[in-house]
Amino acid sequence: MSAVLETRKLCKRFGALTVAENIDFRLDAGARHALIGPNGAGKTTFVNMLTGRLAPSSGRILLGGEDITESRQSARVKHGLGRTFQINTLFRSLTVLDNVALGIAERTGIAGRLWRPASAFREVRDEAMALLATLGLADDAAHPVLDLPYGKQRLVEIAIALGLRPRVLLLDEPAAGVPAAESELILRVLDTLPADIAILIIEHDMDVVFRFARRITVLVQGEVLVEGTPAEIAGDRRVHEVYLGEGQHA
Amino acid sequence: MIRQASYSAAARIGWLEWLPFAAALAVFFALPEYVPFGARVLVYILFALSLDLILGYAGIVTLGHTAFFGLGAYVAGILGAKAGVTDPLLQMAAAGAAAALLGLATGAVILRTRGLTLLMLTLAITTILLEIANKATELTGGADGLSGITVAPIFGLFRFDMFGKTAYLYCLVCLLAGWWIVRRLVYSPFGASLVGIRENAVRMYAIGSPAYSRLVAAYTISGTIAGCAGALLMQTNQFVGLNVLSFEFAGELLVMLVLGGVGRIYGAFVGPLVYMIAQDQLAKQFPEYWYFGIGLLLVAVVLFARGGLLGLADTIVAKVRKARP
Repeated sequence: MSAVLETRKLCKRFGALTVAENIDFRLDAGARHALIGPNGAGKTTFVNMLTGRLAPSSGRILLGGEDITESRQSARVKHGLGRTFQINTLFRSLTVLDNVALGIAERTGIAGRLWRPASAFREVRDEAMALLATLGLADDAAHPVLDLPYGKQRLVEIAIALGLRPRVLLLDEPAAGVPAAESELILRVLDTLPADIAILIIEHDMDVVFRFARRITVLVQGEVLVEGTPAEIAGDRRVHEVYLGEGQHA
Repeated sequence: MIRQASYSAAARIGWLEWLPFAAALAVFFALPEYVPFGARVLVYILFALSLDLILGYAGIVTLGHTAFFGLGAYVAGILGAKAGVTDPLLQMAAAGAAAALLGLATGAVILRTRGLTLLMLTLAITTILLEIANKATELTGGADGLSGITVAPIFGLFRFDMFGKTAYLYCLVCLLAGWWIVRRLVYSPFGASLVGIRENAVRMYAIGSPAYSRLVAAYTISGTIAGCAGALLMQTNQFVGLNVLSFEFAGELLVMLVLGGVGRIYGAFVGPLVYMIAQDQLAKQFPEYWYFGIGLLLVAVVLFARGGLLGLADTIVAKVRKARP
């Protein structure tokens, strides 16, 4: 299989502190890949380098075989790299529909149009409605995001990213902060995401990871400790030691 | 109501939206003694409208919007006084172009910053321009102001008369044009993306939006309109004073807009009108303390009507609707 997203010897240093050390990582087409690791392992730094919020100190990032290391954030999105945020990063006072429509408008290139009213672009609205329907948010389309329960707001996070029709989707703790009663909602949506999108999920909740991922990469202190199938990771002694807690072996 | 672009709500012009223009015409015929005062109000409304585009929609807080207004006034005035360009529309086009250039040049630099830094930079730019106008007495007349400006009849037909009737109608037509442009922009996908930037710039970048370029574009357009408003004030008064570039005036404009309500288009109509009438009346009643009344008004609005006077009207309408069975 071909890699849609690849990093080669990716490093990030803040002064003397190294938060990413020679990370070689590949995400295959249609992957369901999880990135796990204890707090401070450098997961968020890694994601921020992928999306272009942080510039790596050295190393390369390739998206669909093309070097995007120097590309700006918006250029990466145009190339098919979508992301969600660990902490809700939404247009809070806007309706759910407009949250999604803003992204679709950017993707289809109409967002800079100055003259025709936004409401005249029916194709944007229709696409947004269709997308919301697949996520079970159709009834909430006209409500401002801030009126929604937290679990549904997390779904809007995913909906905005899906509206960009990404080839690669980075999910940063999609179920973070969601009460148990609503987390099933998120998990169900994760199961139904289009199969052709390569997905990298960063997650603390091991139930989510083992239910969703077909491959897992363990990051510890900025380095890849091990990569493998869920079964391999679950059975790996080093993972238990550094990640699941040394206390278990005493 | 909050007026902003939505991909799901139509943007047709409601009958209420014609009310300000109908009222302006009514004043013209019914209250001729208020026509000169009214022309000044119309100019300030246009100026406030340009500020609403960047403040209310794009979320750019500025204390230097007078830079554009003042530049427009001086460019048009100098053309009329020193360069023999007396056609009012030509003067205004030059003023708008100069303000657009200033908006593009300064916006490209300062819009890389946000918040307090941005506020300080806008303040710095208008202060620099003020100092230039103050020192370049040959061109601007310095502290004495620029007078002796010739403004030819509009289209060679309509002379600026001493009762200010031509000026009033001219201002009204310009305001109508400015309002129409701003309204189109506000309801366009571009306007929607400005609101997106105001609501969450991080997310805008994450959905692939060139947010910075959009802000520069909005800033330039807003500056252009402000520059035209400046030219309009000059043509109405046939005089330019240094205060058009002052930061006090920029602050006053901000107060007017906040008073009316930001991000609503019509807050820019209500704010300057109420502010200037209050100023006019208070200055007559209490010539020494009139600023106290303005302060009181603003404190009341900030405490009890966060959305400005139009926000207050919204709240009242909503309460009345709820109370009805």
